[in-house]
Amino acid sequence: MLELRFHGRGGQGAVTSAELIALAAIAQGKFAQAFPSFGPERRGAPVMAFARIDDKKIRNRTAVSNPDAVVVLDPHILHIANSSDGLSKDGIQVVNTMRSADEIREEYNLKGRLITVDANHIAEQEIGRVITNTTMLGALIRATGVIERELLVDELKVRFGRLAEGNINAFNRAFEECCVEKG
Amino acid sequence: MAERKGMEVSIAIAEAASVCDVDCIAAYPITPQTHVVEHLSEIVADGDLDAEFIPVESEHAAMSCCCGCAAAGARTFTATASQGLALMHEILFIAANLRLPMVMVVANRSLSGPISIWNDHSDVMTERDVGWVQVFAENGQEAVDLVIMGHRMSEDKRILLPLMVNFDGFILSHMVEPIEMPTREEVKKFLPDFEPQQRLDIDNPITMGPVGMPVVYTEAKMAAEWAVRDAYEPMVEIMGEFEKEFGRKYKPVETYRTDDAEILLIMMGGISETAMTWVDKVRDEGVKVGLVRFRMWRPLPVDDFKKAIAGAKVLGVLDRHFSPGGPGGPMAQEIKYMLYGQDHAPKIVETVVGLGGRDVNFTDFDQIFDRCKTVLGGAPVPPFELIQVRGGHYGKA
Repeated sequence: MLELRFHGRGGQGAVTSAELIALAAIAQGKFAQAFPSFGPERRGAPVMAFARIDDKKIRNRTAVSNPDAVVVLDPHILHIANSSDGLSKDGIQVVNTMRSADEIREEYNLKGRLITVDANHIAEQEIGRVITNTTMLGALIRATGVIERELLVDELKVRFGRLAEGNINAFNRAFEECCVEKG
Repeated sequence: MAERKGMEVSIAIAEAASVCDVDCIAAYPITPQTHVVEHLSEIVADGDLDAEFIPVESEHAAMSCCCGCAAAGARTFTATASQGLALMHEILFIAANLRLPMVMVVANRSLSGPISIWNDHSDVMTERDVGWVQVFAENGQEAVDLVIMGHRMSEDKRILLPLMVNFDGFILSHMVEPIEMPTREEVKKFLPDFEPQQRLDIDNPITMGPVGMPVVYTEAKMAAEWAVRDAYEPMVEIMGEFEKEFGRKYKPVETYRTDDAEILLIMMGGISETAMTWVDKVRDEGVKVGLVRFRMWRPLPVDDFKKAIAGAKVLGVLDRHFSPGGPGGPMAQEIKYMLYGQDHAPKIVETVVGLGGRDVNFTDFDQIFDRCKTVLGGAPVPPFELIQVRGGHYGKA
C-alpha cells in the first residue's frame, strides 16, 4: 500500500490533489481512498489531505501517520508544518520550491529523498494563478510512478473542464522539469 | 453490471437517492449538513431527477416537511447530522408513530458542548427511542446499498416506518473511495413504486395524527413497539433479495473472524474496517480474536447477536457515546440487557472511544484487547472506561 500526505493551505487544492490521484488509481483498477484532515477549512490556514492506494481493498479509516510520500504544496508551510513527521523509511518528499534540495533539507531538517519543483512559477505561467495542486501532481507521478500519467490527465479533464488545458500543461511541465534526487 | 467508480461517499449517497427515484427531499442547507443534499439539489436542478427539493428554514422544519411529503404518498428522503438531528428530535417521534415511510441518512457526528463537527455516535445514540428503524454502514458501498434497501424496507406494507441509515461523519462522508452504483433500471426492478396504505388526499379526507387521549395512548405505544419489532423478518427477507439482485450480502449482525475467538470486539460503523485490518494483524500473530458489528440497531437483533457471540468469554465493547453520570455507553448497556441472567454469559469490558473525531487506531484496539485479556485471565471487570483520555483514563485513579 502506498500512503500519501499532502501539506498545503486552505484554497491551494491539497484535498483536490489527494482526490485526483485516488480517482485515477481507481480508474486504473486499483483500490484507493482520499480524504481531508477534517476541520473547518479556512482559506490560507495550514491543511492536510491524505490518500491511500493499494491493489487490494483498503480497510483503514485513520489519518495517514506514516506516509510513503509527502507533497508540500506551499514553499513557506515548511516553517510551521513538520512534513517529515512519521515519514516511512525510504520515504520521499515532493516539495514546491525554487531552491535546491540540499538547501531546504538543511534549513528544515527534511527527511527522505527530495523531489523539488518550482510549482509557483509553472502554475503562474500555465494556469495564470499560483494554485499548485495539479502542478505538484506532475512531480509526484514522476517520482512514484504509481499511476499512469494519462489516467491522471483524464481526471484533470473531467475535473477542470474548460480550465483543463492550463492544468494539464502545468502537470506535464512539472513531470518533465522536477528535480528527482537519486535514491 | 454496475461500473466501479471513485467518488466521495456523500456524493454516492445522493446518487443512490436519485436512482431510487425519490419524489421529495426536504433539507436545511447549512452546517451540519453534508454534500448529500447539496449534490441532490444539483441533480434536481439539472433535471436529472424529477423531484421536489424543498430547502427549509431549519431541520425541525425539514423533518416536518418530510412528514407532510410522506403523508401525501411521496417517496421521501433527507439527510442530516449532529445538531441537525437533535433539532429534528420531537418530529422524529411523530414520523414514526404516524407510520410514515422515509429514508434519512445521518452522517454521525458529535453534539456540541464544546462545539464540534467531528465524528462520533452521540447524535444517533440520543435518538434510540424515537421508534425509527436504524441501520449502520461501515463503508461507502454499504451506505449506498442501505439507502436502496432502506426505501424498500421503509415502504414495505409489513413495516411502514421511517428508516435511518447511519454512516460515520468524515471518515465515511468525506472519503473518496470506489463505489459500484446500481443503475436506475436495476434499482427499479428491486424497488417497486411506493404504494401508501393511507394518504392525505383532498378528495378522500382522513385525519392523521390526532390527539391520543389516555384511553388510547398506551395502545398506540404498544403498536409502535410491535411495528419496530416486527420489522425484523421483512428486513432480513429484503436483505436476502438485495443479495440475489446485486450480489452483496447483508446481515442484522455482521461477524469477522470470530471462529474460536475467546475475545470479541463489538462495535458499529466505519471504525470496524480499521478493526478488521487490526484483527488480521493479531490473528497472524496467533491471537484468537474476532469482531462483531451491529448492522441493524432498531429493531435490536437479539437472537442474531447472541448467536454471533456464542462461545466467547470476554466482549470488548467500543461505544462512541456515553451518558455522563449514568451507566456508560449505550451499546454496552443494551448488550448487558441481552445477556443478563444467561448462564455462562461472557464478561463485558466497556470502553468509549473515538469521541468528537479522535482517530481510532491500532494502538487503541491493542489497549482495549489488553484489558480484555486481563479480564480473561481472571481480573475483576473494570467499570466503563474512556479510552484515549490524555494523562489517564476514567476512574481518576
